Amino acid sequence: MDKLITVSPSPHVYGDDTVKKLMYGVIYALLPAFLVSVYFFGIGALIVTAISVVSCVMFEYLIQKYMMKTEPSVSDGSAAVTGVLLAMNLPTNIPWWIIVIGALVAIGVGKMSFGGLGNNPFNPALVGRVFLFISFPVQMTSWPEPIVSRLQYTDAATGATPLGVIKEGLAAGVPMSRLAEQIPGYLDLFIGHLHGSMGEISALALLAGGIYMIARKIITWHIPVSIFCTVFLFTGILWLINPYDNADPVFHLITGGLVLGAVFMATDYATSPMTPKGMWIYGTGIGVITVAIRVYGAYPEGISFAILIMNSFVPLINKYVKPNRFGEEVKNG
Amino acid sequence: MIHTFPNGGVHPAEDKFAAGSSIKALPVPETVIIPLSQHIGAPAEPLVKKGDKVKTGQLIAKSKGFVSANIHSSVTGTVKKIDNEPDSSGYKRTSVVIETEDDQWEEGIDTGTSIKKNITAGPEDIITRTLDAGIVGLGGATFPSHIKLSVPKGKKAEILIINGVECEPCLTSDHRLMLEKGEELLVGVSLIMKALNVTRALIGIENNKPDAISHLSRLAQDYDGITVKTLKVKYPQGGEKQLIKALINREVPSGGLPIDVGTVVHNVGTAYAVYEAVQKNKPLIERVVTVTGKGVERPSNFLVRIGTPVKTLIEAAGGIPGNTGKIVNGGPMMGKALNNIEVPVNKGTSGILIIPAPEAARKPVVNCVRCAKCVSACPMGLEPHLLMPATEFKKWDLAEEEKILDCMECGSCSYICPSGRPLLDYIRLGKSTVSKIIRSRKQ
Repeated sequence: MDKLITVSPSPHVYGDDTVKKLMYGVIYALLPAFLVSVYFFGIGALIVTAISVVSCVMFEYLIQKYMMKTEPSVSDGSAAVTGVLLAMNLPTNIPWWIIVIGALVAIGVGKMSFGGLGNNPFNPALVGRVFLFISFPVQMTSWPEPIVSRLQYTDAATGATPLGVIKEGLAAGVPMSRLAEQIPGYLDLFIGHLHGSMGEISALALLAGGIYMIARKIITWHIPVSIFCTVFLFTGILWLINPYDNADPVFHLITGGLVLGAVFMATDYATSPMTPKGMWIYGTGIGVITVAIRVYGAYPEGISFAILIMNSFVPLINKYVKPNRFGEEVKNG
Repeated sequence: MIHTFPNGGVHPAEDKFAAGSSIKALPVPETVIIPLSQHIGAPAEPLVKKGDKVKTGQLIAKSKGFVSANIHSSVTGTVKKIDNEPDSSGYKRTSVVIETEDDQWEEGIDTGTSIKKNITAGPEDIITRTLDAGIVGLGGATFPSHIKLSVPKGKKAEILIINGVECEPCLTSDHRLMLEKGEELLVGVSLIMKALNVTRALIGIENNKPDAISHLSRLAQDYDGITVKTLKVKYPQGGEKQLIKALINREVPSGGLPIDVGTVVHNVGTAYAVYEAVQKNKPLIERVVTVTGKGVERPSNFLVRIGTPVKTLIEAAGGIPGNTGKIVNGGPMMGKALNNIEVPVNKGTSGILIIPAPEAARKPVVNCVRCAKCVSACPMGLEPHLLMPATEFKKWDLAEEEKILDCMECGSCSYICPSGRPLLDYIRLGKSTVSKIIRSRKQ
């Protein structure tokens, strides 16, 4: 034979999935939520997303090229995913320089300082978001008015999120039945007609993205479902005990970025457990901590903190929760 | 009802191009190279020397030790030399090279095509004839079959499982055998049942072979205790432990054998070989080999004499396509890439697969993103993402603790990995080192 042939160990065929395809899959899954956000917040949504994505990709490129001195791998799309997710966590009237700081913290501190893709213990977008939330509490919690602020960016009229309204109201001793009149109806909440960050407004669009990701096998259903179940159960019990001082479970499910967190942030590959059993533990933990922060904590919403806290338990979960080993527990019948 | 194993598995493209082509006997080649080690265990001891005349079916090397197998001449001719020749593993092994003449079979071998259904041999006879005929597991593992026909003391076989799954993509040799030699195969199954003293046998077939399922089911009505079971198409459904789990819901314990859960698994090809050995007195000197691949002109299933050079088979299927990038002995998931096509077909060769150049290269390797796809693909419930670095960084204790030795090298993890990581390459290395460590500990 005159031509060279490859000789390599098996297997000799490979699946179609690549990291790049998976990352772009996540971006496609975020498209419906992005479009809803553009519909309600207009120009602000476009500006914030563009700045966030460009800064994240740029920081990753610069850090890989000049600090780590490796071949930049921004084309795999993971920095762009972080960029979109960070934007989804921000109000659409936030000044551009805050977004750039957030991107630097997300990519620089949250991801590259640990060695880049796959090595980060905490979800980079959430690291950026929480950093901004603590550093710029005012800018991070002034939410533009939907629809009317379509043509405005930083000068948009603002209001509070439904969870914020309830948190403040309950703290001031107003009963739940009165507060319900001050927040949008459930249908509006579900499709996204409310004050909030880009990604927390439309539960419907986010769920559509989640179903797409599960169908394409980018994520499995375990983490989102375990979070939803836990939040529903926990807030349901509280509501049944005392409906005057507690919001009902459906309200908790569709507000405060719970869907964004459960579907897109908690399912981040590097920072979530490897086995279905581990995913249930992780999801349940996130659900419990989220409700605890919302109901008993100082912040109106808690999923970001809950995910970051549970991220830190993931190595421990992976160490002790093993897949069902074939032939280990012999149950022969 | 469609059976399957519960955890793990992948779905590679089936690509069974040769499924419709019936088994064709290849002419006897001019020279055959018969390796003396075509099975797991000790190589056989040669009984012939240079210049000897041999007949087709004559014993030319005798099994040496308990785990070993007899080797017979697959042709009539003159022994040219006994020397180290490269075989399909890429290494040189002692082989008998025979120049062929007109085919003349050893006396006592029934070469007729009539089907002998009447079983007269007793269990001991069946085992002895299987040993004499040099039969090994034809699914690819090539473990000497007579050992698996005798149940060890203290164990009991309750049920025989016949593996007609052929879950490897591309391969069709077992499929064709079931369609064309169904009756013989069922007699073979009955013989194995008799040897093992079991009353029930299940034949597992994946449901991408509905013709084989219906054909064998119909024939099996005339045989006591044999049932055909349909299995879901999922790789590695034909893995021994997965097949047992799918069909009778028992898990072979880690490090154990099927007999530990009261079963024995044989391949359909082996059952056919047992039929030929016992009913026709014919040793294992030929087998069905699929020659296939995307660029192959005539994907075929050939009945070939053991020792025929792979090159002869490829030429009979239309020659090597222009864009060939890799030639594999076996299927795409577990086969071994050949570095030389002059090597002979041996007892374990189920197929020759020709892969076009663009598909022969591996994906570029990027960071592990911890997507857990390897964990959910592993049919043994292992964590390939953990076993690879354990080997890479020589953490042998961790590798052992994480059950690296349970890996059966099916390749599902490497197949599914979106980062293109060479998971199985490292796990193989880790397995061999860990088993060495365990052996040295026992001494």
